[in-house]
Amino acid sequence: MTKKLRNLFAIGTSALLLAACGQDAGDSTGGSGESAGGDTEETTDEFSLGMVTDEGGVDDRSFNQSAWEGMQAWAEEAGFSDDAVNYYQSDDPSQFVQNLNTAVQDGYDIIYGVGFQLADAVTDVASQNPDQHFGIVDAVVEADNVVSLNFEDNQAAYLAGVAAANTTQTDKVGFIGGVAGPVIDKFEAGFVEGVESVDPNIEIDIQYAESFSDAAIGQQIAAGMYSSGADIIYHASGAVGNGVFTEATNRMESGSENQLWVIGVDRDQAELGEWEEGNLTLTSTLKQVGTAIQLATERAREEGFPGGENIIYGLEDDGVGITEGNMPEEAWTAVEEARQAIIDGEIEVPVAPAE
Amino acid sequence: MIRQSRGFLSSLVVPILSIIFGFVFGAILMLLFGYNPVVAYDAMISGVFGSQYFLGEALRQATSLTFTGLGFALAYKAGFFNIGVSGQALAGWVSAIWVALAFPELPQLVLLPLSILAGTLVGALWASIAGTLRAFFGTSEVIVTIMLNYTALQLTNFIIRDILSETGNSTESVGENASLSLQWLTDLTQGSRLNAGLFIAIAVVILYWIFITRTTAGFEIRAVGLNSFASTYAGMSAKKNIILSMFLSGALAGLGGAIHGLGTFGNIFTQTGLPSIGFDGISVALLGLGNPIGIFFSSILFGVLNVGAAFMPNRAGVPDEMASIVTAAIIFFIGANYIIRYFIEKRASRDQSPTTATRGGEE
Amino acid sequence: MPTSERVIEMNGITKEFGSFRANDDIHLDLKKGEIHALLGENGAGKSTLMNILSGLLEPTSGEIKVKGKSVNITSPDVANELGIGMVHQHFMLVDKFTVAENIMLGREKSRFGYIDKKSAEKEVQALSDQYGLKVDPSALVENISVGMQQRVEILKTLYRGADLLIFDEPTGVLTPQEIEELIGIMHKMVNEDKSIILITHKLDEIKQVANRCTVIRRGKSIDTVDVSKTSQQELADMMVGRSVSFKVDKKPATPKEAVLKVEDLTVKSNRGFDAVKGISFEVKAGEVLGIAGVDGNGQSELIQAITGLTKSSNGSIHLDGNNITNKKPRKITETGLGHIPEDRQKYGLILPMTLEENIALQTYYQKPFSSHGFLNYKEIKQHAKRLIEEFDVRTPSEEHSAASLSGGNQQKAIIAREVDRDPALLIAAQPTRGLDVGAIEYIHSRLIEMRDNGKGVLLMSYELDEVMNVSDRIAVMYDGKIIAIVNANETNESELGLLMAGVPLKEAKEKADSKGKEKETIDSSI
Repeated sequence: MTKKLRNLFAIGTSALLLAACGQDAGDSTGGSGESAGGDTEETTDEFSLGMVTDEGGVDDRSFNQSAWEGMQAWAEEAGFSDDAVNYYQSDDPSQFVQNLNTAVQDGYDIIYGVGFQLADAVTDVASQNPDQHFGIVDAVVEADNVVSLNFEDNQAAYLAGVAAANTTQTDKVGFIGGVAGPVIDKFEAGFVEGVESVDPNIEIDIQYAESFSDAAIGQQIAAGMYSSGADIIYHASGAVGNGVFTEATNRMESGSENQLWVIGVDRDQAELGEWEEGNLTLTSTLKQVGTAIQLATERAREEGFPGGENIIYGLEDDGVGITEGNMPEEAWTAVEEARQAIIDGEIEVPVAPAE
Repeated sequence: MIRQSRGFLSSLVVPILSIIFGFVFGAILMLLFGYNPVVAYDAMISGVFGSQYFLGEALRQATSLTFTGLGFALAYKAGFFNIGVSGQALAGWVSAIWVALAFPELPQLVLLPLSILAGTLVGALWASIAGTLRAFFGTSEVIVTIMLNYTALQLTNFIIRDILSETGNSTESVGENASLSLQWLTDLTQGSRLNAGLFIAIAVVILYWIFITRTTAGFEIRAVGLNSFASTYAGMSAKKNIILSMFLSGALAGLGGAIHGLGTFGNIFTQTGLPSIGFDGISVALLGLGNPIGIFFSSILFGVLNVGAAFMPNRAGVPDEMASIVTAAIIFFIGANYIIRYFIEKRASRDQSPTTATRGGEE
Repeated sequence: MPTSERVIEMNGITKEFGSFRANDDIHLDLKKGEIHALLGENGAGKSTLMNILSGLLEPTSGEIKVKGKSVNITSPDVANELGIGMVHQHFMLVDKFTVAENIMLGREKSRFGYIDKKSAEKEVQALSDQYGLKVDPSALVENISVGMQQRVEILKTLYRGADLLIFDEPTGVLTPQEIEELIGIMHKMVNEDKSIILITHKLDEIKQVANRCTVIRRGKSIDTVDVSKTSQQELADMMVGRSVSFKVDKKPATPKEAVLKVEDLTVKSNRGFDAVKGISFEVKAGEVLGIAGVDGNGQSELIQAITGLTKSSNGSIHLDGNNITNKKPRKITETGLGHIPEDRQKYGLILPMTLEENIALQTYYQKPFSSHGFLNYKEIKQHAKRLIEEFDVRTPSEEHSAASLSGGNQQKAIIAREVDRDPALLIAAQPTRGLDVGAIEYIHSRLIEMRDNGKGVLLMSYELDEVMNVSDRIAVMYDGKIIAIVNANETNESELGLLMAGVPLKEAKEKADSKGKEKETIDSSI
């Protein structure tokens, strides 16, 4: 009995710890609470935004987080209180519709569905609520009350490929995708093209985690890639990438022969690459989901809601980009050149991998 | 089951106390971190029960959980842990959608049952793999079903990407003739996705009860689960019962998946993880103590908790993580129900029933 | 030797469970240095009484005095402090711990949280030497014999300072050699001024060790007698409440054609070696064939092969003219086999299920108990009620779980189920293990009844008395072979004993003859 109690106590304690962690994440949003509820009638200059995450959740340090940070920055710039923006977290695809409907009930000027996974749900809910404005990120929903925001991720991924090819010592690099599909296809295609533009002999190990949330799988795949000689991994896999960073850090800290690198995705993931003696985030491709949301929202406030439009952001308008990070100088130069070439239209980056 | 009314009553006390303790524990946690539990629970309860839509959504979720819960419970009755209900549900889901998309011209009266049957059968066969391996090679069904979960996940995504869809992400929606939605139910619940699956679930609860308590096959499954040695000695085939119980367990999970797919989504999309109805179904089965009616009600509880927890962040300022912890606390207290049972038994042993007393003392 | 000082007095102890009186105004007193036997049938209330004394139960009414002082034993801890310790029938030991660790479990001696193992081991060694227990304190429990484990239990109570030790059916699990030693230990303990209460239903043990004996029947204390002035017959009659016969009353057998024919049977044990090595024998209709032998000489495997639970690797088995070699258990059962398994709780019953379900365990799939796959509980219930009545299974109702029944009644339920199917052959493996004389008498008479109805009975038992009393012919197994088959009325205990030890029949006969003379005179005196 006493042993069982002790176990229980241990579980209880960890629950408290978890709660404490939850508190951290919650603080940024917490207190945004009560007044948002049922606030359907706003004054004209009050403008509010809601967002529904995909399964990665708002603290995925990647895609959803970028969207949420963008929304918060927008509220601050526009001089609105924290209450003007809110997010709804989905733990399972069956919650997408439910969360969108909750958001509709709670009343926002625009509700963004973040991620291609929400496309079906946004389509359904938008058709049921024709007076409500929606946005969808990374997919196209053809409806008058929905604006689609898309990104030329393939361009940024191309630059990541150039960076990787110019940095690798082992002539072997890896790519880890989240769930295979048109969105991640763009990353894969761009990266592969970028690497091959520098040196077609570099080996590229491509694997998919079939998840955007399972860091353990990310770590597992990364372990396999590093063990088989890759020294740089580009991940386009949401929270799965956290596992990639973990594996790289562990290996560096236990004295890896090679300098290992990770290329981050969507936001600057330099903070994930910190280890005892340095930083192993080579660079991060940027997908300015937050900026795109800000831009679209501002446009809606000033010119009216751009319903039915599909707005595409690329390198040219800084909708996607790449950080300099820890790139060696010649790599950064090559990246800069490639960027210009793409903007100038000299390089056409494919959107889907060659069969 | 019902024939021992006292046992039935006391088996009700335990889950109800678990739920109450869970809520109290959740309240204490919220107080500890400076949130108002009254406001939070109010947001949760009034969020769900204040609107037909969300009540409908809670019941919709309960529908899927009832099937997976019953599925887990059936294997458990025979003494097996079918951790693979998730994968079996997914297999059922993709199969049902596949059939529905493959024969779009069939009339609803044929296509709908055919799709559901396909889902049920594939779920059953998927689970039978583990059952057969266990029966003939003694492989642990726990490990095999866990592995089969991931196999199902990858296979499903492959089927969606390379066979069922053009875009690569999700299939088209099935036609009206494969839809489970009932207009009056949708209207009644203000457009929720609650569907005819609910009635199928109620029917299956009754059938399950009849199967377990009234049929020879159910009798064998119970007997094998309680004492496989005596069952073998009495001429029951352990192999047959292992495979049969896993087959039926998988059938229920597959049926749940089919109804989840046809009723909730109407299509299937690449999955980023195993459907949560699987693992929640396991909790539901344990909370329901293997009793089909208990499972049905605990499914509803889960539905209400899941839907209700989503209201806590934005309507009560309780962060998402806290809401998850509160619902987890309730599940935790259910899992720890032996504490409550311990105290009940300790009290009982003071005023004692002859059964407990003679059991210890005899021989 | 016992003194007149009374260590324990239990006066007017009554314990009620609902409307059921498990103990009804029981009186018991224990003198210092005495071995006091507590005799009663299963379910008579011995265990309840001892649970009261050891603090597990509280009496509804009555008074307990320890060394003349009235006490209230509210918990096992209180009992401990009063110097009362119980050696349970089922050992409560941790296999992976050493003897010393087990003994100090719950009483750990620690210095600043560090467990002082060395001094505990020394203490255990000293105690062991004092009472001649020969226990090695540093041995792992999983590596020592059952007899040794029991001694660890004894040491545990002594270590906690018990002056009064309650032994609950201590010899059930022991070999004859170990029983001898245990008796020696008990004597040594009373010489050291300890007192012992011995719960048992084995009369010969009482005659051997006890000074006085209190008999309990149906919750009441019948009498306390001086063992040396009371015969076994008197004790048995008091316990059961009527005159009991030790000799099974039976007419000579009238054997007919063979119902079971075993030819050249070889069976592997589950560890892979041949446990049964080419055995041939037959059981005729209208006779009881007993299988005698020391535990572990292939008897269990032989029966498992006949009943279809294990496959044989060679040879054949015919039941009632049908080849049943390596057939499935159900097929064999349907061919006409009844089986009372060796371990009734593991193989005979599904304890959590109701009695009626257990009674239907072999026939639930047949009409009228089910049709088209659906059970007919009405028929199942009626059938169960009839058998409960007919076989005198004592239970509040057929809907109670099998687990709630006493061992004797569990066995009666199994016999009811098997006999009622009217099989051509009934296999009874250790059918009376752990049962009291009343139940044993009943079960033996049922087996004889089967025989007289023209059925074959195969009786496997490790108890020589049982085999000799019930069987018409006796097959002795040694090392996987049948070393001899003898007629029960032409053999004697010493001949069988020698056969069981592997001595060939001819030699055994000669030896037994010379010894037999003196043995017989002892036999008749009992």
